[in-house]
Amino acid sequence: MTYILKPQLHHPKLPTNSLGFTRRDYEGSVSTLCAGCGHDSISAAIIQACFELELPPHRVAKLSGIGCSSKTPDYFLGNSHGFNTVHGRMPSVLTGANLANRDLIYLGVSGDGDSASIGLGQFAHAIRRGVNMLYIVENNGVYGLTKGQFSATSDRGSKSKKGVINHDTGIDMVGLALQMGATFVARSFSGDKDQLVPLIKAGLAHKGAAFIDCISPCVQFNNHNGSTKSFDYVREHNEAVNRLDVIMPRDPIQVDYKSGESIRVQQHDGSILSLHKIAELYNPNNRAQALGYLQARQARGQIVTGLLFVDPSAGDLHDAVGTVDAPLNALNEAELVPGAAALDRINASLR
Amino acid sequence: MPDSAEPRAVQAATAMKASVNDFVVKFANVNGSGSASANGLFARSVMRMGVPVAARNIFPSNIQGLPTWYEVRITEAGYLGRRGGVDLMVAMNPQTWDRDLAEIESGGFLVYDSTKPLGHSRDDITAIGVPLTAMCNEAYELPRERQLFKNTIYVGALAALLGIELAVIDALLADDFKGRDRLIKANVEALRMGHAYVLKHLGPLPLQVRRADAVGDRIYVEGNQAAALGAVYGGATVCAWYPITPSTSLVEAFTAYCQDLRLEPETGKARYAIIQAEDEIASIGIVVGAGWNGCRAFTATSGPGVSLMTEFIGLSYFAEIPAVIFDVQRGGPSTGMPTRTQQADILACAYAGHGDTKHPLLLPADPGECFEMGAQAFDLADRLQTTVFVMLDLDIGMNEWLTKPFVWDDARRLDRGKVLTHDDLEAGREFGRYLEVDGDGIPYRTYPGVHPTKGGYFTRGTSRNPYARYSEEGAVYVDNMERLLRKFDTARALVPAPVARPARRRTRDGVIYFGSTTPAMHEALEMLEAQGRHLDALRIRGFPFADAVYDFIAQHDRVYVIEQNRDAQLRTLIMTEGGVDASKLVAVLHYDGTPITARFIAGEIAQRLALGQPSTGQSEAAE
Ligand SMILES: Cc1ncc(C[n+]2csc(CCOP(=O)(O)OP(=O)(O)O)c2C)c(N)n1
Ligand code: SF4
Ligand SMILES: [Mg+2]
Repeated sequence: MTYILKPQLHHPKLPTNSLGFTRRDYEGSVSTLCAGCGHDSISAAIIQACFELELPPHRVAKLSGIGCSSKTPDYFLGNSHGFNTVHGRMPSVLTGANLANRDLIYLGVSGDGDSASIGLGQFAHAIRRGVNMLYIVENNGVYGLTKGQFSATSDRGSKSKKGVINHDTGIDMVGLALQMGATFVARSFSGDKDQLVPLIKAGLAHKGAAFIDCISPCVQFNNHNGSTKSFDYVREHNEAVNRLDVIMPRDPIQVDYKSGESIRVQQHDGSILSLHKIAELYNPNNRAQALGYLQARQARGQIVTGLLFVDPSAGDLHDAVGTVDAPLNALNEAELVPGAAALDRINASLR
Repeated sequence: MPDSAEPRAVQAATAMKASVNDFVVKFANVNGSGSASANGLFARSVMRMGVPVAARNIFPSNIQGLPTWYEVRITEAGYLGRRGGVDLMVAMNPQTWDRDLAEIESGGFLVYDSTKPLGHSRDDITAIGVPLTAMCNEAYELPRERQLFKNTIYVGALAALLGIELAVIDALLADDFKGRDRLIKANVEALRMGHAYVLKHLGPLPLQVRRADAVGDRIYVEGNQAAALGAVYGGATVCAWYPITPSTSLVEAFTAYCQDLRLEPETGKARYAIIQAEDEIASIGIVVGAGWNGCRAFTATSGPGVSLMTEFIGLSYFAEIPAVIFDVQRGGPSTGMPTRTQQADILACAYAGHGDTKHPLLLPADPGECFEMGAQAFDLADRLQTTVFVMLDLDIGMNEWLTKPFVWDDARRLDRGKVLTHDDLEAGREFGRYLEVDGDGIPYRTYPGVHPTKGGYFTRGTSRNPYARYSEEGAVYVDNMERLLRKFDTARALVPAPVARPARRRTRDGVIYFGSTTPAMHEALEMLEAQGRHLDALRIRGFPFADAVYDFIAQHDRVYVIEQNRDAQLRTLIMTEGGVDASKLVAVLHYDGTPITARFIAGEIAQRLALGQPSTGQSEAAE
């Protein structure tokens, strides 16, 4: 398969952000996914979020595993470095990249097969370590790229396109992320841009392991009646706990919310999450309650979306390891190589 | 020997071995009994007398209870390989009594705990009983003390038997237990207890250690520790690993050296990151991620870990990402011989991956080279943008070896390879991530985040053109694979060159060897020479093989290839990569998990030379 690069013509009237970039500058190559694939909507949301956050595109490193979902980093942030790694192992590569340069923003994109099946272990351990990243699973409940086999998030009892019944319990990635200690946990839906874009912005601004489980219907293999990852099912059973705005420090604080229905959370970088609760009084600062809430709703067949948990003062892996403030990949010889005199001392101690 | 009224402490054989500074002592112990430090003390005391030693642990894969051995070769002549055979057995393990006794050479000696009578039927050895348990029970209250000091007491007894100066051991104890005066005193007393017993009841043996000046400025260090120090000097900043014998101590040593040498003075913060990953797949994933992002990163593992890392190693080859793997080889799979030594990962590492892949291997022969190659591996990985293996084995990695002191030239610079900077890009340098520019097969790379509009690219295994854009064109794929071959050819001149050791006489026979076989090989060559058998020798230190390796083979009628594995892996690699006629390369193989011996090599080669025809080569059944 070959494809043509998008002409990089700037429309004179395209709005620019304060860095002088247009939304176009956050785009990538033309997608090769199926028309209507939920993953493309998520790419669009990522582009929108980065544009609105005014991130210098090249300061984002985007990493993925293998799958239709994992192909998408080619389709956004074309000036950024990207890494299509191996199936299920993006979390370790992202961890290493993050250790090498703590100054970049790390965006991991994966699929449900990539992260819940083959990569469940790496997913869990990267979260446990508190790697500073936004980790998005584009969850269609199926292996898209290998044509429709069940993944570990497929619903028990669901039927594949070929008529096979799934007997295994589906993994709820949000529940797992909560248990593994993620410090920002959200779920959204590829078709709900209003909810998804602010969540991505907040996740990118969060310091620590941020996770978004984004339901993303596969129009080829899993958008049929009865699938909990189909467009129709999610639209009907979506139980949104909150609506979110991310307010960057320099913006005036918004005032258009009713008292008692919103809370504001300040993140490490100074940005403010403004949560508009539309469902009921939901407190996103309590991990245990988040888990209970999730399970109670799940028992009723509801898919909870929104920001389920955030710890705005979380630390990350670098804090735990105690690394220097400078990126490790910028250290010079004098800082790294102890030299001949030190070696002579070591020799003397070995005689 | 003086007579005594005690029950027969000495059963003397008619013929006794006699030697000064040239004999083999072996300790048979129970794992976890605290014998390791006492045995190490013994070896170092000989060295402090100016006599070189070669000491090797032969230990089980558990923490407590199984038999464990420690073999110390005392060798003023400086033979650091295993000789084969035992002259003095310190038999402290009743479980292995029979086989330990059987190993003593005729005319040799047995030192044992004579508290309870232990029978044996060899009248060609001299048995020396010291009532260690009885002495301990009398001197100490606590069971732990009784056990620990028993070891020190036998060191004292050996000192008296072999003529090692007590003051030398005292000085070592003072170093080892610096600041813990009570421990020093207790050990010094225990030492004297054993020493006095021997002086009173027995007297010295005809095996003697005598002061010499044969150690020189050499240092005594484990290969793993040396390799770890090499990684520090090589500028490694990220280490990810998963515990596996015999590689674990490499990362432990790296950690200790970093804590000592790599903290930012003003803040005490770390100029390194060490991650104990959840498995070897994650370890190498972290290494690849860090390498992609411009750090020098490594992992240390053994065969089972290499198997798990294979997919990533393949990716590193195709995506051209620097990575360093220290493979400390051991025998077989996870349920194999985890605490025994082999050189059996050669093929697995040379070709690890899927699709057409091959990787540079560095083959250190002693801890000195572990340090040098440990540092060099990072330059090579950056220069070649690929995975580089440093192939240790348990023998080098986990035993202390006498080795030349480490040297470092402060003028030496880290070679970060072909990296385009922000200024290069800004100045308009063309950037194609997989573009051949210099004719050496090595493309230029950029670090993520380098420039707002130039230098970004999407990294994937294959399916891309020289500009890293998606392409499934067959011709594009083939071009890229040909370039990777050119790059591998470039590596040929960069990996350590082979070292030749010509025979004293002209000969048509040659021998090729590598790694931990080296000292035993050199001794075997001397033994063969004494028999009038002359062979030119070539030590291989790197893969891809230099032209000199094939020239050497061409110059000889027959070349013996000495390896510590069953399948003659290096021989296969030489043949595959260079199209050598199989009948020309004769495999000599030792793979029972113990380090190869000089006697074995000399015996195998002599036998084949006498027959005048090659055989396939077999390991000895037992030694
Ligand atoms: C080691 C390995 N095993 C199997 C595959 C084949 N494979 C490619 S993508 C994929 C499943 C992807 O599923 P998911 O992560 O859910 O992505 P989606 O295509 O659904 O977005 C599999 C099994 C592979 N690339 N590597
Ligand atoms: S197969 Fe499914 S997941 Fe893959 S591109 Fe098509 S719709 Fe998307
Ligand atoms: Mg999927």
